[in-house]
Amino acid sequence: MSKRSFAIGGVHPHDNKIARDCRIEALPLPPTVYLSVAQHIGAPSVPVVAPGDKVKVGQVIAEPGGFVSAYIHSSVSGTVKSVGPRADLAGRPVTHIEIAVEGDEWLEGIDTTDTLVTEIPADNKAIIEKVRQAGVVGLGGATFPTHVKLSPPPGSKCERVIINGCECEPYLTSDFRVLLEKGEQVVVGAAILSQVMGNVPCTIAIEENKPEAIAHIREVIAKLGFGCVDVMELKMRYPQGSEKQLIDAVMHRQVGSGGLPISVGAVVQNVGTALAVYDAVQKNKPLVDNVITVTGECFPKQANLQVRVGTPFTYIADCLGGVPADAAKAISGGPMMGKAIANLEASTVKGTSALLFLSEKQTRRAPETACIRCGKCADACPMGLEPFLLQKLSRSQDVEALEANAAQDCIECGCCLFSCPAHIPLLDIIRTGKGLALGAIRARAAAAKAAAEAAKK
Amino acid sequence: MTNTIIWTIAIITVLGVLLALVLFLVAKKFRVEEDPRIDEVEKVMPGANCGGCGFAGCRAFAEAAVKAPNLDDNYCPVGGNDVMAKVAAILGYEVKAKAPQVAVVRCNGTCEARPRLNEYDGFASCAVKAALYSGDTGCSYGCLGCGDCVAACSFGALSMDPATGLPVVDEEKCTACGACAKACPKRIIELRPKGPRGMREYVSCVNRDKGPVAKRACANACIGCGLCAKTCTHEAIVMEGNIAYIDPAKCKLCRECEAVCPTGAIHGVNFPKPLDKDAVKARIAERKKKAAEAAKEAAHE
Repeated sequence: MSKRSFAIGGVHPHDNKIARDCRIEALPLPPTVYLSVAQHIGAPSVPVVAPGDKVKVGQVIAEPGGFVSAYIHSSVSGTVKSVGPRADLAGRPVTHIEIAVEGDEWLEGIDTTDTLVTEIPADNKAIIEKVRQAGVVGLGGATFPTHVKLSPPPGSKCERVIINGCECEPYLTSDFRVLLEKGEQVVVGAAILSQVMGNVPCTIAIEENKPEAIAHIREVIAKLGFGCVDVMELKMRYPQGSEKQLIDAVMHRQVGSGGLPISVGAVVQNVGTALAVYDAVQKNKPLVDNVITVTGECFPKQANLQVRVGTPFTYIADCLGGVPADAAKAISGGPMMGKAIANLEASTVKGTSALLFLSEKQTRRAPETACIRCGKCADACPMGLEPFLLQKLSRSQDVEALEANAAQDCIECGCCLFSCPAHIPLLDIIRTGKGLALGAIRARAAAAKAAAEAAKK
Repeated sequence: MTNTIIWTIAIITVLGVLLALVLFLVAKKFRVEEDPRIDEVEKVMPGANCGGCGFAGCRAFAEAAVKAPNLDDNYCPVGGNDVMAKVAAILGYEVKAKAPQVAVVRCNGTCEARPRLNEYDGFASCAVKAALYSGDTGCSYGCLGCGDCVAACSFGALSMDPATGLPVVDEEKCTACGACAKACPKRIIELRPKGPRGMREYVSCVNRDKGPVAKRACANACIGCGLCAKTCTHEAIVMEGNIAYIDPAKCKLCRECEAVCPTGAIHGVNFPKPLDKDAVKARIAERKKKAAEAAKEAAHE
């Protein structure tokens, strides 16, 4: 059987997975952690601790600020030093809870042993509640609260759970190492997710450049005997790890503009999320740490680290020999969709997947020249958009035309920019246009809502 | 040969006359009735088509002005009171005179005052930069320096000063159309009344961080100390979220706030004499002393 992939667009960046052979190591505890209250999509959490409070690992320090929001737990034990604004990685002030680390005392009831628990509790509602209480969010990058995704709106039916192990971003190896070293836990997590969604089949999708992971997970499934879980080997192609592209690749179904995956019967969860769900349900362990790849050709040491949430980036770099002198740019995440870190003093969040250092040569931008209308960007766009047109409309801020040309569907994968021979910063410009289009759509929705309410009265 | 030429000319002429007749009849039949005042109003407009009035251009403004029951919501900032008086005369409306305005840049985070913490190498546009992160200095409210406002100005009134990295408004050319204020993603540029002979006082900072944070990011920042608001005898200064705001309608241009500001965030422009801070401070001290004595006496009685 030929390997599957998504239907349109996509590019093939060199995968550069130079940290792939580094085993997951636990990073020593930092002296201080800074936990942001905005680590997820949705309303920021509300802090429930005050300076001077003693906290243990796993203790709730912030409660959800709305339905689409999440609990935040202390990732260390120690004393709360302050609750207040601190610059995040983009330099914007966000409320952070500062905790000085004292020892490593976990809250009672959390199972910190390595014993594998394969018995899945039968009560689905209790499982979702446990996931919610553990503050699990999607670790593929979007950090959407997982319990919301597991409670689909009435009337929609899930037909397949997809566990996203593509890791199509170059350099990143954290999901790969998790699959290799914690495959059992991921498979049990996948089985839990498939049971919660109504005993539907579950597919763990892995790209072909990770044959060891594919073989290992197949072995684990055979050993543990979860019939509902299977592995699908996908062709290598960026951005396969994007939700809509992955559904296309695995199920050959297309999610419409503005639609959710559940509308075509799919629920996509990342490998890291499956592991977090396992920890939450089987071990009572909230999401207090995640695996982060620290990599880059100019970085002396490659590593996959188990890092407590809220660890400052500078501390991570210092533990591995400091920020290299020839590093021109630090990126949180991969080189395609990651965010440049403007403030290295910022700390990791739940969704941080990598700390990548790029050299001057790698980050240099070639001068922009005129569009030659070659159409490479339109070929590369996995959403079937026309980036050359969208960038023009974005520059002239033509909101109506932007919306008509579906600027709001842009997933910001960067394929257009990657493929442009004229080095036009397409994505940078389109992102502003997307903002305008989304703003117009939201304004219209709000106006419609207000009108409906006025009509009711 | 001659025959051909004559025939060609004759046919073309007859065709021309016939088609002209058709055009004339069609134009007569399908003539669009339009208020003649629209053309008249458009003629007196400045013709900049800048959109500063909120309409797509001068013609659109003229159409709206003719349709509207009064001129309260329609004002051409470029033409100002003169043009509006002419428009009002054509339409038979009354128009309230508005104080002429000018664009004011409320950031004085110069290169020396605001150290660069990182280097931005992306697309040179403030809108793009603002979507990515807070900017290359410690201040997440200040000017990003890519010149979106300069690009938005259709009157050539704005330019970037390479020494400070901030935009400069040419008051002669600025028409207060507001295009720059709309283009600025940080909302730094404000339209303020020009003031008598161009004299005006304003707080040249929009940093809402607490004092120490703001000060660390920029030596010229408003630290929200409130000294100016306490000093002001005209109640023209309000403190909003760690920044002072001077209400131009209440400001009497006494320049006391400018003298007491510890960071120099308050700017006074176009005054004939430079500000003598010590003299103004002495004046304030004298006044306070007198007030204290008066209060003492009142308490005594």
